Amino acid sequence: MGEITFMKGNEALAEAAIRSGLQGYFGYPITPQSEVIEYLAQQKPKHNYVLIQAESELAAVNMLYGAAGAGGRVMTTTSSPGFSLMQEGISYIACTELPCVLVNVVRGGPGLGTIQPSQGDYFQATRGGGHGDYYTPVLGPNSVQEMVDHVYLAFELADKYLTPVVILSDGAIGQMMEKVILPEPIQYKPNKPWATTGKTVDRERKILTSLFIQSEVMEKRNLKLQEKYKKIKENEVRFEEYQIDDAEIIVVAYGLCSRISKKVVEFGREAGIKMGLFRPITLWPFPLKQLEEIASKDRVKFFISIEMNAGQMVEDVKLAVLGKKPVYFYGRLGGIVPTPEETFNAIKEKLN
Amino acid sequence: MKDGYKLIYKRPKTLLSTRMHYCPGCFHSTIHKFLMEVIEELEIQDKTIGVCPVGCSVFAYDYLDIDMQEAAHGRAAAVATGIKRILPDRIVFSYQGDGDLAAIGTAETLHACNRGENFTFIFINNGIYGMTGGQMAPTTLEGQKTTTCPYGRETADSGMPMKMAEIISQFEKVAYVERVSCDTPANARKAKRAIKKAIEFQMQGLGTTFIEVASNCPSGWKCTPEESLKWLEEQVFPYFPLGVFKEPAKRRQ
Amino acid sequence: MPSKGYVEISVESCKGCNFCVIHCPTECLALNTSDTNSYGLHYAYLTDEEKCIACQNCAVICPDAAITVYKKAKKKAA
Repeated sequence: MGEITFMKGNEALAEAAIRSGLQGYFGYPITPQSEVIEYLAQQKPKHNYVLIQAESELAAVNMLYGAAGAGGRVMTTTSSPGFSLMQEGISYIACTELPCVLVNVVRGGPGLGTIQPSQGDYFQATRGGGHGDYYTPVLGPNSVQEMVDHVYLAFELADKYLTPVVILSDGAIGQMMEKVILPEPIQYKPNKPWATTGKTVDRERKILTSLFIQSEVMEKRNLKLQEKYKKIKENEVRFEEYQIDDAEIIVVAYGLCSRISKKVVEFGREAGIKMGLFRPITLWPFPLKQLEEIASKDRVKFFISIEMNAGQMVEDVKLAVLGKKPVYFYGRLGGIVPTPEETFNAIKEKLN
Repeated sequence: MKDGYKLIYKRPKTLLSTRMHYCPGCFHSTIHKFLMEVIEELEIQDKTIGVCPVGCSVFAYDYLDIDMQEAAHGRAAAVATGIKRILPDRIVFSYQGDGDLAAIGTAETLHACNRGENFTFIFINNGIYGMTGGQMAPTTLEGQKTTTCPYGRETADSGMPMKMAEIISQFEKVAYVERVSCDTPANARKAKRAIKKAIEFQMQGLGTTFIEVASNCPSGWKCTPEESLKWLEEQVFPYFPLGVFKEPAKRRQ
Repeated sequence: MPSKGYVEISVESCKGCNFCVIHCPTECLALNTSDTNSYGLHYAYLTDEEKCIACQNCAVICPDAAITVYKKAKKKAA
C-alpha cells in the first residue's frame, strides 16, 4: 500500500523518481517544469542522488549519457525548447543503447512559444526527434497519478530494452494538483554488465560508443536497434478505452486532451450520440492494430483526433485506420486548451 | 634480451598493440603512450574511465586498454561530469582536441571547470581541425593558413587564437593547469610528469586538472614531422608558452 | 668494448617520423631510406650499438612507442 497525498504533477513526478531509486538528475530550469529540479533540490539532503543544475539542456543530456553509461539510474526533465536542445544527446544515447528517462513537459511552440500547455512536440517525440534511424518509447500521462506511475514504468522499460524513454507530459498535467498514491520506494539493484566502471583483470574493456565507421558494422547496429523496436512494438503497446463497445464515433486523444474528450463522450451519450474514447498511453509504439480493429467494425462511422496542436497524432490515427473510415481532427494551438463544449460542437459538425 | 643487459623502457602493456591511425610524428600517439604509462605506474587501470571526443582521437578507445565512452562533439566535459558524479571513486579523464574543447564545447568545458569537476582534461591543441582535413581552429595562429583561411587567419574576422590554459587557470576550483609539449625529449618528459601530477591531484580530490598539449599536425600543417617541431618552437610557443599556470596551493607531501 | 646499452625498434610500429634520429645525442640512429615496412614507411634503426648510452631520449619521444631500451646491467660486487 502506498501513501495517499495531494500533489502537483511535476513534484509528484520528482517524488516518484526518488522512490524509483534515482541515482542522478541533470537538468536546466525551464517553465513549466522547474518544480521537478526544485523539488529534487529540496529533498536532496534526505537522499543519496546526484543533482546537477547544468549550464544548458545540451550539457544536461550529455551528463545523462555519461552517468547512464557509468551504470546510474538517471533522469532529466525539460520543456519543449529544452527538449529540442536535447535531441543531439538522445540520438547518441539511443544508438549507444543506454537506459535513462527524459521528461518533456510540453509548452506551446514553435520557437520560444508560450509557457502554456501544448501537445506540439508529438512528432518530435514519436519519430525519434534527433538524427538517424531510432525511436524511443514515449509515454503520455493524463493525470498526476500517471506522472508517478509512468516514471516507474519508464525506468523499467529503459532497463529492459536499454533505451532512452520519453515521458511526454504537458504544462497542465505538470502544474495541476490532484490526489495521488505514491508507491513504496524500490530498492534498486542494477545489473549492468555493459557499464563503464573500470576494466578489472577478469574482463575485457567496455567501450560505449555510437561510432561505427564501417558502413557494414553501422548497418548491423541499426538492424539490432530495429530488432529491438520490433520487440517493443510487439510487447509494450498500452492504451485505454472508454465506452468503445457500441461506439459509432471514436474520439482519439492522449494526455490532457483525453480527459477533455472523456467529458465530450459523456456529452454525446447524454445527447443520444454513441461516442467512445480511445486513448493511446504509449504514443510510440502507437496502438495501430487496436485502432485498425475498431475501424473494421461496421458500426463505426468516423474517428476524430482531439489535440492541442495543429494535427499531429491524427497522422498516426490515419495510418492505423488505413482509409477504412474517415479520420477528422479538432485542435487548438499555441497553448490554448480546448473546452469540452467547443470540442463537442466540432464533433457534431462532422455528423451533419 | 642480450646477456648482461636489463630492460629499462618499453611500450606500456595498457597501450594495445593495435597500430594507431595517427599520422607519422603526431603527438596524439605520444600522449596516448604517456597516459597509459601513468595509468600503469599508478596501478589504476581498473579504476580509470576515459572519454574520447570527436576529432582525430575519436578512435582512442581502440588503443587504450581501459573502459571508455565516446562523447558527442564538444560534450566530453559533460559526459565526464556524468561519469565522475555517479562513480566518484574512479579516475576519469576527457581527451579532447581544440575544436572540441575550445569551439563547439566551450560552454561544457568552462562550466565543468567552474564547478571544479574532479576529473582531468587532456587537451590536444594543434591549432587545426586535423580529422576533417585541416580547417581553421579556435587556436589557429594569426596568419596561419588552413583550408578555411587559405590566405592566413585574419584576426579581424576570426579573433585571436584562444589561450585555453590561461583562461582555465582563472577558475577558483581548478587545481592544476599546465601547458606542455612533446617536441624534445626534455619537454616530452615534462609532459608525462604533468599528466601524472594531474591524475594524482585528481586522486587526492583537489578539483579540476587541465593539461594542454601544444601539439603538432604535420599533415594539417602540410609539413614534415621534423618541420612541425620547428614550427612549434618558432611560431607556437611564443604565443602559447609552456609552463605551469596553476597548481594546488598546498602540495601534499 | 660492450656498449652501455642498446635499443630495439619495431619495424612495423615505426612510422619514420625521424624524431628519434634527430634527438639521439650520440647519433647512433638513422632512418632506413632504402627499405620500408609493410605500410610503405621508412623505419629507424640502430646504426652503431657501441655509441648507444641508453639515455631513452629516442624511446620517450617516439610517438608510436616503437622503441625498447636496454641498459648494461651493473656488475654485482664480488
